[in-house]
Amino acid sequence: MNFSKLMLGLALALAAPLVARADPPGDPAAVTNDHGMWRDKNGDPTYKVSADGSVDWYTYSGFRRYHSECHVCHGPDGEGSSYAPALADSLKTIGYAEFFGIVAGGKQDLGAGQEKVMPAFADNKNVMCYLNDIYVYLRARSRDAVPRGRPPKHEDKPPEFEQAETKCMGE
Amino acid sequence: MRKLLLASCFGVAALFTAGYAVANDELIKLSADPNQWVMPAGNFAATRYSELKQINTDNVHKIAPAWTFSTGVLRGHEGAPLVIGDVMFLQAPFPNTVFALDLNNDGKILWKYEPKQDPNVIPVMCCDTVNRGLSFADGKIFLHQADTTLVALDAKTGAVVWSVKDGDASKGQTGTDAPFVFKDKVLIGVSGGEFGVRGWVSAYNIKDGKLAWRGYSEGPDSDTLIDPEKTTALGKPVGKDSSTSTWQGDQWKIGGGDTWGWYAFDPDLNLMYYGSGNPSTWNPSQRPGDNKWSMSIWARDVDTGAVKWIYQMTPHDEWDYDGVNEMILTDQKMDGKDRKLLTHFDRNGFGYTLDRVTGELLVANKFDPKVNWATGINMDKASPDYGRPIRVAAMSTEKEDVNHKGICPAALGSKDEQPAAYSPQTELFYVPTNHVCMDYEPFKVSYTAGQPYVGSTLSMYPPEGDNNMGNFIAWDAKTGKIVWSDPEQFSVWSGALATAGGVVFYGTLEGYLKAVDAKTGKELYKFKTPSGIIGNVMTYEHGGRQYVAILSGVGGWAGIGLAAGLTKPQDGLGAVGGYAALSNYTALGGTLTVFALPSD
Repeated sequence: MNFSKLMLGLALALAAPLVARADPPGDPAAVTNDHGMWRDKNGDPTYKVSADGSVDWYTYSGFRRYHSECHVCHGPDGEGSSYAPALADSLKTIGYAEFFGIVAGGKQDLGAGQEKVMPAFADNKNVMCYLNDIYVYLRARSRDAVPRGRPPKHEDKPPEFEQAETKCMGE
Repeated sequence: MRKLLLASCFGVAALFTAGYAVANDELIKLSADPNQWVMPAGNFAATRYSELKQINTDNVHKIAPAWTFSTGVLRGHEGAPLVIGDVMFLQAPFPNTVFALDLNNDGKILWKYEPKQDPNVIPVMCCDTVNRGLSFADGKIFLHQADTTLVALDAKTGAVVWSVKDGDASKGQTGTDAPFVFKDKVLIGVSGGEFGVRGWVSAYNIKDGKLAWRGYSEGPDSDTLIDPEKTTALGKPVGKDSSTSTWQGDQWKIGGGDTWGWYAFDPDLNLMYYGSGNPSTWNPSQRPGDNKWSMSIWARDVDTGAVKWIYQMTPHDEWDYDGVNEMILTDQKMDGKDRKLLTHFDRNGFGYTLDRVTGELLVANKFDPKVNWATGINMDKASPDYGRPIRVAAMSTEKEDVNHKGICPAALGSKDEQPAAYSPQTELFYVPTNHVCMDYEPFKVSYTAGQPYVGSTLSMYPPEGDNNMGNFIAWDAKTGKIVWSDPEQFSVWSGALATAGGVVFYGTLEGYLKAVDAKTGKELYKFKTPSGIIGNVMTYEHGGRQYVAILSGVGGWAGIGLAAGLTKPQDGLGAVGGYAALSNYTALGGTLTVFALPSD
């Protein structure tokens, strides 16, 4: 993931809520490998779990980043809390573009004594630099492709990931 | 009955004759009257003890709900109502509605106040939009809103008398703690340890809302109001720049140490006591040093904010063991000597007893035997490590990108904000506790103002070999020993109440209000309220009847586990039994339930 791709994604995402509502994520089968990240037949990021239960690096990284940035509201393992929805369910119906749009732009659902407000994370590197990772992890959770808790085994960090991470985080 | 009428008249007179006496004298008098509950902890000493004894160990099994009241809000309900004269004052989580209820008329709403706040404050509140209560003085009700606004309302009408903004929610600074009135000042802290907010305490004049002083948890001495010579730590002067010298560069500016807990006050010593929270970020390798004065017990002069003494419990925190829990002030005999004590049950799992005059450390023992990050606290006055925890190297989380396993307690601590109670009859403390361990994996994060600044992945589970995630315990602070312990399936996230009737009350996450025998812990009564309890039990007397009131409404940090429950990492899918989801037991909704003995 390089930064221009990130910006492209962002631009795409901002327009997304208009077009992507009825666009579920589709078949998660991994088709192509893009510098260590798997993509499905539509080109959207996806997970890959090997026969021995080992997950790809992006899924593992997504597990970690989700539990740093998201779980204080959305609960452990994408299972939801008393005040934010279970993303392991939401990702059954929300596609990549819409997911991107909500994370970058935020979401509000006010009223009835249960105000739900998600902030815009567009300028938060801890989220945006790992957005694909988090998406891939939650997509895997939505299909029960990875269990609750820490994925027991994972592949090594691809060198391209490390480079992109350093560039994106600005260090 | 006559005595009661007298007390009740007195209460009303005090409530509506504003300004005739110093607020302090008024509050001391009002808090000595057990018919009322005039401040969040019942009294300045924060004992949560009531002299009422109409409800006692013999008859408590007969109590039943007398009336109930819905707040109309579904978020987590912490705190407790106040009762002043014939009026109950009750607050709700965001949007922070305040109700004045007429106790002479079945809780009819006398007035209601609902501030207009920017909803963008909601997601910068780390662990739900809780509010821990109101305060009263000088004819005013004080509310500390989510967006850090402190507002004084006319207790009679609900009209705004004055309003002041204490912080900036767009930077992650939020208000969750109850305001406290000590003398002629109202004090508030700030939340935001997960957003890199440097903590502070503000003191405003109750009369006009003018800022009297503000003391930060970190920074130069001019910010912390620490005097290098006069402020002591464990009996010795702290020296110059005691905070900034324990941080790398300017990291103290985003260093946390937030002040969202409970405040206590000793009028004779003119000192107020509270704790500061975790240093930011949760990734310890990003902030070398002791990170002072996060994780500390503070004693400040209430008039000036000057720090008399300070004690850091967890230098260079590696586990999120905030030091904000309540400080309970008692006068007890220890080793034959009358002592002014301060007792504190820390998130880090140690129960501390200090001399509150000098800050001398007297006792520090584990109040959950499973605590394993430290073997003890160094009590050797001659040691350079005096007062510091004796750490277990295997439980350090200093290494980035490593999953550190089996640390007890978990980040929510052996006890969180849920306050303990103290009974002078038994000289025991009644402590709601968590019994949860964790894996902790820190990694690098970058700071953006107003965005989460956490930097660690957690998973939480009950200690090896146990099925219960909580205990309700009785503690002897003079010896540092557990006297009895009642296991609870879930963490006990409700504040306790001790009474002269020999009964101790608390709530559970499934929603039970429970009454136990103060001497033995034997369960005497339980009733399932509409939702899980994270509020604090209080009591008052009105019209000759003693009432016990509790807010239910599950949420808070406990609400994070509500939908999912906790898993044992090794269990993977299908974890059941003791770790089953709390959502199988209770659902959302804020309700006050008020109990009493049958009237006939």
